[in-house]
Amino acid sequence: MLHAILSGDVPRSKVLAAALALIFFALLLAPFVFPTVNALNVAGKICIFILLAASYDLLLGYTGIVSFAHTMFFGIGAYGVAIVMGRVAPDWGGVLLGGGIAIALSVALAALIGLFSLRVRAIFFAMITLAVASAFAILASQLSTLTGGEDGLNYRVPEMLRPAFRLFDGEILGIVINGRVMAYYLTFAVSLLLFLLLLRVVNSPFGRVLQAIRENEFRAEAIGYRTVHYRTLANCLAAAVATVAGMLLALVLRYTNPDTTLSFTIMMDILLMVVIGGMGTLYGSVLGATLFLLAQLYLKDVMGAASAATSGVPLLPSLLHPDRWLLWFGLLFIASVYFFPTGIVGRLRSLAQRHRLL
Amino acid sequence: MTATVKAATADALPQVRTDRLPLLILPVVMLLALPAIFDVPAWLTLTLAGLAMGMMIFLMASGLTLVFGLMDVLNFGHGAFISVGAFVGASVMLPLAAWMQADSFALNMAVLLPGILAAMLVSGALGYGFERIVIAPVYGQHLKQILITMGGLIVAEQAIHVVWGPDQIPLPRPTSLRGAFIIGDVAIEKYRLLAVAVGLLVFLAMMLVLNRTKLGLLIRAGVENREMVESLGYRIKRLFVGVFVAGSALAGLGGVMWALYQETVTASMGMQVMVLVFIVIIIGGLGSVGGCFIGALLVGLTANYVGFLAPKLALGSNILLMVLILLWRPQGLYPVARR
Amino acid sequence: MSEPILSLRGLNTHIAQYHILHGVEFDVPRGQLTMLLGRNGAGKTTTLRSIMGLWRASAGEILFEGRNIAGLSTPEIARLGIAYVPESMAIFADLTVKENLVLAARNGPLDGARLDWLFGLFPAMKRFWTLPAGVLSGGQKQMLAVSRAIVEPRKLLLVDEPSKGLAPSIIANMITAFRELKQGDTTILLVEQNFNFARQLGDSVAVMDDGRIVHRGSMAALASDAGLQQKLLGLSLDAHQ
Repeated sequence: MLHAILSGDVPRSKVLAAALALIFFALLLAPFVFPTVNALNVAGKICIFILLAASYDLLLGYTGIVSFAHTMFFGIGAYGVAIVMGRVAPDWGGVLLGGGIAIALSVALAALIGLFSLRVRAIFFAMITLAVASAFAILASQLSTLTGGEDGLNYRVPEMLRPAFRLFDGEILGIVINGRVMAYYLTFAVSLLLFLLLLRVVNSPFGRVLQAIRENEFRAEAIGYRTVHYRTLANCLAAAVATVAGMLLALVLRYTNPDTTLSFTIMMDILLMVVIGGMGTLYGSVLGATLFLLAQLYLKDVMGAASAATSGVPLLPSLLHPDRWLLWFGLLFIASVYFFPTGIVGRLRSLAQRHRLL
Repeated sequence: MTATVKAATADALPQVRTDRLPLLILPVVMLLALPAIFDVPAWLTLTLAGLAMGMMIFLMASGLTLVFGLMDVLNFGHGAFISVGAFVGASVMLPLAAWMQADSFALNMAVLLPGILAAMLVSGALGYGFERIVIAPVYGQHLKQILITMGGLIVAEQAIHVVWGPDQIPLPRPTSLRGAFIIGDVAIEKYRLLAVAVGLLVFLAMMLVLNRTKLGLLIRAGVENREMVESLGYRIKRLFVGVFVAGSALAGLGGVMWALYQETVTASMGMQVMVLVFIVIIIGGLGSVGGCFIGALLVGLTANYVGFLAPKLALGSNILLMVLILLWRPQGLYPVARR
Repeated sequence: MSEPILSLRGLNTHIAQYHILHGVEFDVPRGQLTMLLGRNGAGKTTTLRSIMGLWRASAGEILFEGRNIAGLSTPEIARLGIAYVPESMAIFADLTVKENLVLAARNGPLDGARLDWLFGLFPAMKRFWTLPAGVLSGGQKQMLAVSRAIVEPRKLLLVDEPSKGLAPSIIANMITAFRELKQGDTTILLVEQNFNFARQLGDSVAVMDDGRIVHRGSMAALASDAGLQQKLLGLSLDAHQ
């Protein structure tokens, strides 16, 4: 049963299985176990970024192409919902309308970029996505009548997702099932479903072809696969999933601005999550996104304390300043590309394998 | 770029087709913009602004494209050299602000030149370290190269914050480079003129080295076939490191010039300019210095013309320009011949 | 007999995970022209590339003038006096004929007498002197590739299929060139498919099959033994002509 749900792609490491189970149950029960607004926001963000990172891994890990436009699709999803919620109607029809337009736009853009630049070489694709994505981000902040510019948009979401909404009059297991909890479970369910779908895709014949192309493009071409088509298809699928992740973010946050969706910083965050978690395995995205977001939250406090504690020493306080946490993550990123190209999941799996062999 | 034919006895010599078509785009774009802008002084000002911007982008892009042509290495962290150059330049110039603000060309230059020199030295040295530590281990692996150099960019940007603090630094231009020469209705900004001059000078020097010296021959031959260059007995790795360092130093020079143009220095400026740099080297044909030069000027002109006609579309226009050129020539203006 | 200028001892080469050369062993006598023959895919080009350091030998020795050069870098090997003409010719299309030769002359400016000798062998080089090499015909490119290897005196020349796709008159020039080089004290190792060409030039011969040397001997002996040719190369001289 579980085997079928995971499309036969089992963790293959006890530690990994335990970590995944822990994350799954923590997210499943988050509203009950961590009943604060803040904690619920973090849990929601983790769900969304797991989905976002997993869809990115479809490109980076499974197809072997680097895109810098993933946040563009994420942003299209968020802005699609935000604009329709704010201007047309804050109801489910609006979510479908905005989401539908956003997904169509994302897929069309992804197909265009793919057909255009994947023909030449992978390095072209990286450069062109970078250029297009940053142009898009600037465009979004300049078309302020539509997007609210740098400030972004605040809007109402469907009634069921508003904080004032109550599903039941009383409490269930000690908490009130309000709109926040509803929004969280919507996020959780959609993320889980799409994650399992991605798991199915990468373990399907289509996924195997992608990996064959990644391993040896020349050979795959010789066998007769139209590599450009496969890669473009992967790009479209990844874009569509990222768009849905953006829609979820827009519904949970109830505001959308360039910093939370389109910024280059988010793009780098996704890259770090996938690489540190483990490229070419979707479970890597789960671990990577969870660890990264928790670290982002709590590392800052730790660094702040450390910075204050070393205030007499030259340079050290500024190295440990909470805003410099990206410096350390950047170094960790470089180190993991060099020394652990398969990331945490790859390490865990090879450890487990060695254990079995002994 | 193609060589000129000098042979007088042309009895059965094969025709050398010189590909001049891309050169025509520049005047065509300029002439098309004239009726659209419909105001000769404004057009002249915008054209100069576009050329100046293009020249500065060329400074930053030329090293990157040559490094790619030579070793198939694309350094996504190139932007770090631009930012670092700007910060180092500012650090040298700002303590001597009094000389910068003095109404004396000589005093101004006495600050500016050491600033530029320091920027180039530090960026070049950083480039050397970057090549040795970050890039050398991942030769021939594009995916890792992109990831690692991106990681290098993050770290470099953060390191700038550690050294120079989190805020942007204002960097006013020296007095003698402010203002404009007024000729009739036309205002010619002094700084833009300087940028054009520096860019042209660097371009001509590069062309001279590439076409007239043995070192240049080696670089051009290496871009075509590095294995054969090695088989002839030359250590191409050394050549490559040299080009990488020179390209980094030029990025530092471009950084200082760009910072003085914007009159501020920020840690993210390198990354911001990199978007234009990538567009330029794609347009030019990865690996081609001549293509990079034309591409940079095209991007600069387009940005300024469109910025005047429809300000909100300025950056989008460069993407459009890139798309149009790639539709015409999928490998860029001057695709580099490869095995 | 003097010591061979080049001798391969148990040379093994892998390309990625594929094992291409399995203990290749033969000598190239000094001052002679040695032919390396064999079918397509026998490992001839891999052997030349291994000598040149363009593939790393995974085991075995490559002795050049008594010194093991396996493990040296390609530029170091070239600087010992070994020149290489690859099958692809690898001329620099963007550079002029002159510039191609200027690069090949490591030790300084081009030598006038040497150039005149080259122009005598390959008049086309003189005519196209200032043209980009990319516009040359296939045969002219081949001449340029060979000229580049001999623009300065070298001790050992590795040439991969110089006759491929050339007109007979040009092949004749090529043969003259190699003969004159040999008289000028250059040792040559030539990979060839064209047996007729090989027979006219070769002193000694090594035949490869499936990554191994299957025959060593004198060219004269092989040329006069149709049965051996049939067995080693799967061809007879008559059928080839």
